[in-house]
Amino acid sequence: MSKNPADLLYSKSHEWARLEGEEAVIGITAFAQESLGDITYVELPPTGDELAVEQEFGSIESVKAASDLLSPVSGAVIAVNTALEDAPEKCNSDPYGEGWLIRVKLAEKPQGLMDAAAYEAFCATEAH
Amino acid sequence: MSELRTPLTAWHEAHGAKMAPFAGWLMPIQYEGILIEHQHTRQHAGLFDICHMGEFRIEGPGAAEALARAVSHNLETLAPGRCRYGFLLNASGGVLDDCIIYRFGPDAFMIVVNAACAAGDFAALRERLPHNIKLTDLSEATAKIDLQGPESLDVLEGALKENFHDLPYFAFRETSFDGAPLLVSRTGYTGELGFELYLPSHKAEAFWTGLLGDGRVKPVGLGARDTLRLEAGLPLYGHELDEKHSPAEAGMGRMLTSTADYVGKAGAQTIREQLVPLVIQGRRAARHGDALILPGGPQVGRVTSGSFAPSLGCVVALAWVDAAHADQEDFVIRAARSELAARRAQLPFYKDGTARKKL
Repeated sequence: MSKNPADLLYSKSHEWARLEGEEAVIGITAFAQESLGDITYVELPPTGDELAVEQEFGSIESVKAASDLLSPVSGAVIAVNTALEDAPEKCNSDPYGEGWLIRVKLAEKPQGLMDAAAYEAFCATEAH
Repeated sequence: MSELRTPLTAWHEAHGAKMAPFAGWLMPIQYEGILIEHQHTRQHAGLFDICHMGEFRIEGPGAAEALARAVSHNLETLAPGRCRYGFLLNASGGVLDDCIIYRFGPDAFMIVVNAACAAGDFAALRERLPHNIKLTDLSEATAKIDLQGPESLDVLEGALKENFHDLPYFAFRETSFDGAPLLVSRTGYTGELGFELYLPSHKAEAFWTGLLGDGRVKPVGLGARDTLRLEAGLPLYGHELDEKHSPAEAGMGRMLTSTADYVGKAGAQTIREQLVPLVIQGRRAARHGDALILPGGPQVGRVTSGSFAPSLGCVVALAWVDAAHADQEDFVIRAARSELAARRAQLPFYKDGTARKKL
């Protein structure tokens, strides 16, 4: 599996973070969207919310399941992907691109996240 | 304990289906995705592995009279070649199972039951039927495959080289596939024109792959089966039907026309709660078990099923509501993550289904 981009960091709760200077873009991984199935609703926080690592910042629902979104980084929400209100299926079709969730102004350097290779090994232990 | 496998489980696994336990069976939840499979069934034809359901044969002199005292179905008006939906009730009128009864002759029937209830149903029937009436469990030897969707008739006629245009809704015919008996029933659980097909288990895979050879057919898992039946307003046992509720509470009181003195008859029309169809504002779904309250008021019920409805583009739900409040228009659902505004709707939620179409 090489579908997880090598330039991202990954959390055990299946979110990714793309570091861009002092900011990070957050989304859910291909593994997460595949596990959830067809996504029908995404709830995101207002801009300005301060997030701690592993803090819930929203939720995501599919036809069959619902899951909390946990922040892989700490910082303030500076943008949210409002296109998901009408097209939550972008999280299925393009989880690392158009299906991004929020942009965060980092409060500190991210810690304890996995690189793509470590994340793929982690997913292999979760899939049974 | 590991799950039971249908004659098609290996096919599902080999074709990348997402598998999960359901009623003790390992069943396909989805192949390509619930939304695609749902829409394909509404527009073309979907093929469903329903081999987990149970089939019992009931026959012998006096079987009609004896069966009429065991189930809610009106058998007096059920002609051979026809089938009818109804209930196996407990003594107080609660629903033990919902089932379809097929009539082959004056005293020959088949009853088709839910997988999770099959063992209990068999025991209840054996106890209710006199010993001279033969009750045979055909479940293991019988495969059940559903072909549903507006193009299902053309697909079936093409595959079997046989005309089924003369088959009305809730009628069936016995024919054959590859030298084996095949029962073609114009019934289903999607709201669309379609067929429930019964044949010997060892022919299941050949029949299944044969139908999939038609480009109009896709395999459909239990995920889309659930969204299709919910849009069509069809109840699912364990959600909208259970031992604590009568058929009348589930909106089925008017179909109870049997004049026989069947088990549970006295309580079958009891109404303490009513099943209310709801459309929910926004895209967030209500789920089984969520509390239903009046706006600013007390809890008056709970959700039995809820889902995003792919053919409607909104969220729908069914809920038990105390009879005293069942005529309200507006409710609030306490879902896991927020409160949802819900408004009474009419069944079926999806009104363009082709199930009853004249052929």
